[in-house]
Amino acid sequence: MSAPQKKRTAGREKKPALYLAEFNSAGEILHAAEKTHAAGYKKFDTHTPFPVHGMDAAMGLSDSKLGLIVFPIGLCGTIAAFSMMMWMNGYDYPIIIGGKPPTSVPSMIPIMFELTVLFSAFATVFGMFGLNKIPQHHHPIFTSDRFASFSDDKFFLSIEAEDPKFDVEKTKAFIAGLHASHVELVFDDDKTVEDVSSGHAEAH
Amino acid sequence: MSSVNLPIKSIGETPLTAEGTTFRSITETVARVTENPAPRGWWIAFLISSSFLGIMTMAIGYLFWMGVGVWGNNAPVYWAWDITNFVWWIGIGHAGTLISAVLFLFRQKWRTAINRFAEAMTIFAVICALVFPGIHVGRAWLAYYMFPLPNEMSIWPNFKSPLIWDIFAVSTYATVSTLFWFVGLIPDLATLRDRAKTPLRRMIYGALALGWRGSNRAWQNYERAYLILAAISTPLVLSVHSVVSFDFATSLIPGWHTTIFPPYFVAGAVFSGFAMVMTLMLVTRAVYGVRSIVMMKHLELMNKIMLTTGSLVGYAYGMEFFIAWYSGDQYEQWLFFHNRASLDGPFSWAYWIMISCNVLSPQVFWFKKMRTSIPVMFVVSILINIGMWFERFVIIVTSLHRDFLPSSWGYYKPTLIDIFTYLGTLGLFFTLFLLFIRWIPMVAISEVKGVLPEADPHHDAHEEHSHDEDGHDEAVGTPGLVAAEAEE
Repeated sequence: MSAPQKKRTAGREKKPALYLAEFNSAGEILHAAEKTHAAGYKKFDTHTPFPVHGMDAAMGLSDSKLGLIVFPIGLCGTIAAFSMMMWMNGYDYPIIIGGKPPTSVPSMIPIMFELTVLFSAFATVFGMFGLNKIPQHHHPIFTSDRFASFSDDKFFLSIEAEDPKFDVEKTKAFIAGLHASHVELVFDDDKTVEDVSSGHAEAH
Repeated sequence: MSSVNLPIKSIGETPLTAEGTTFRSITETVARVTENPAPRGWWIAFLISSSFLGIMTMAIGYLFWMGVGVWGNNAPVYWAWDITNFVWWIGIGHAGTLISAVLFLFRQKWRTAINRFAEAMTIFAVICALVFPGIHVGRAWLAYYMFPLPNEMSIWPNFKSPLIWDIFAVSTYATVSTLFWFVGLIPDLATLRDRAKTPLRRMIYGALALGWRGSNRAWQNYERAYLILAAISTPLVLSVHSVVSFDFATSLIPGWHTTIFPPYFVAGAVFSGFAMVMTLMLVTRAVYGVRSIVMMKHLELMNKIMLTTGSLVGYAYGMEFFIAWYSGDQYEQWLFFHNRASLDGPFSWAYWIMISCNVLSPQVFWFKKMRTSIPVMFVVSILINIGMWFERFVIIVTSLHRDFLPSSWGYYKPTLIDIFTYLGTLGLFFTLFLLFIRWIPMVAISEVKGVLPEADPHHDAHEEHSHDEDGHDEAVGTPGLVAAEAEE
């Protein structure tokens, strides 16, 4: 464990990366996300053990763009299958089987279908990876030890320092109004996490 | 909004997990299986199944050395156990996709308890199935002829042949099932990463979890990806066994040349797949104590699906006889009335094993007492697996063993190598399966959490009215909230 190096000190020379607020239930995190969205923050996120129903609307997210990636690539699969069979059996080496024309289309339907599905599946999975920017094994949020329980039973809200509205003091005051059970300021040096909620944090 | 998004309570159903289940207890119950040392039973099962895997390797090695003459296939039965086993395994695989995709689209939330398990089973069953087309070509080192690759004869595969459709269908199915499975695993691998006590575990699960942070911006695309995969897997799973049935249906052999084959094969596939999930589930549930997640309710629903698909298969068996009679085709009639059903037929024993296992045995599930009895469902699920193997054997061998001319009649007997290869694939399947339950969360942790009553953001709303005033007026939440309050 790397606990010793994660001292809870205020790193004055470090740049803050994000505020991390911890909640205990799906309802609480939904309210917090709504308030954060209403306050005008853009680069914030919630981290939950499962997708919380209604969170997209609460965070003001627009619909996922994944379908726009999958559909054209799926069509490419159809076309690839059709042109492959047309060229191979119809032109490059025509084979006449059962008296059927070499370019008979009905017999191509099953493979056109299968390749459409195959291409769509790859587009779905890798498109999802691309939209979510994963794999991304390194992120400042993992500096927080408490964050590990996002995959168990806790719910987190993070507001990133890159947000134009982010201000160490003002955002702290805003988060205090969210009734989080615990709040931390995570720095981008992979070491420093400042405990904000318990009141003994040093002021900048 | 339709009722699918309402909290489970307000649509008059009971929770899908046992009383007192919490997010934490789900994580604990599922993750600790991969963290604690394997129980002795696991090791015994692993040793047995990997020994069978060794037998399969030897049988296949001998086959490659000697050629397919070591099998019992001979004129007129050129397709026998190899294709029987292939179709049997592919069929077993279908339940996984049905549970993960079709039941997902139908919003059958009870699937979360068993979907991971069934998807894993799909992949391993497809691996076992893929062994057979690979080895029955005789010269396995030329198996690449099955794919449209440039070769020294500059000839391409015949795309009018259902056998090549089958290659595309099955390999697409294997690929898509694996992708689907992995996507479902990502959040659970993150759970294992976050619980890891040793650097090695953290490194391996961490690498596989791809840096998952449970972010809602990621969940949004993730859920959409899951929906799209489910939507494309649903026609895929129907197409795969339909294409497998084309291997037979497009030929001119009486007993194969039937238009009922595609739906009949798909129903049979789902039937055998659920039976296999049930067999494995009952054992695993008892060994690992996941009863609070996989409840009697789930098992009962699975039994209902088996009753349905078993009856569909029974209908198809009956319809084959009707068509044989109604078509007036004497070859077809001879095949069904003499070779299969009549006790004079040399393979009628196989036919009647099939009927009693597949059609008769699931009928006990009409009774709730039987549907909820673990010993009954265990025995019936095994009988169904046996029956479905015999179904493929009956279709393949009884249709072939008496050719059009009595001078070309024969009988089929498997050799020891046939038997070893078949038992060996069971070893391969169970070896992979045991490794899976040892190292990978066998229940979809994040999905089960999502169906807990606490997962609904409005679950505790009635306790804090004042808090909720500022809240959301989405159509989704409000009716459920009202209904939940009315019940209190």
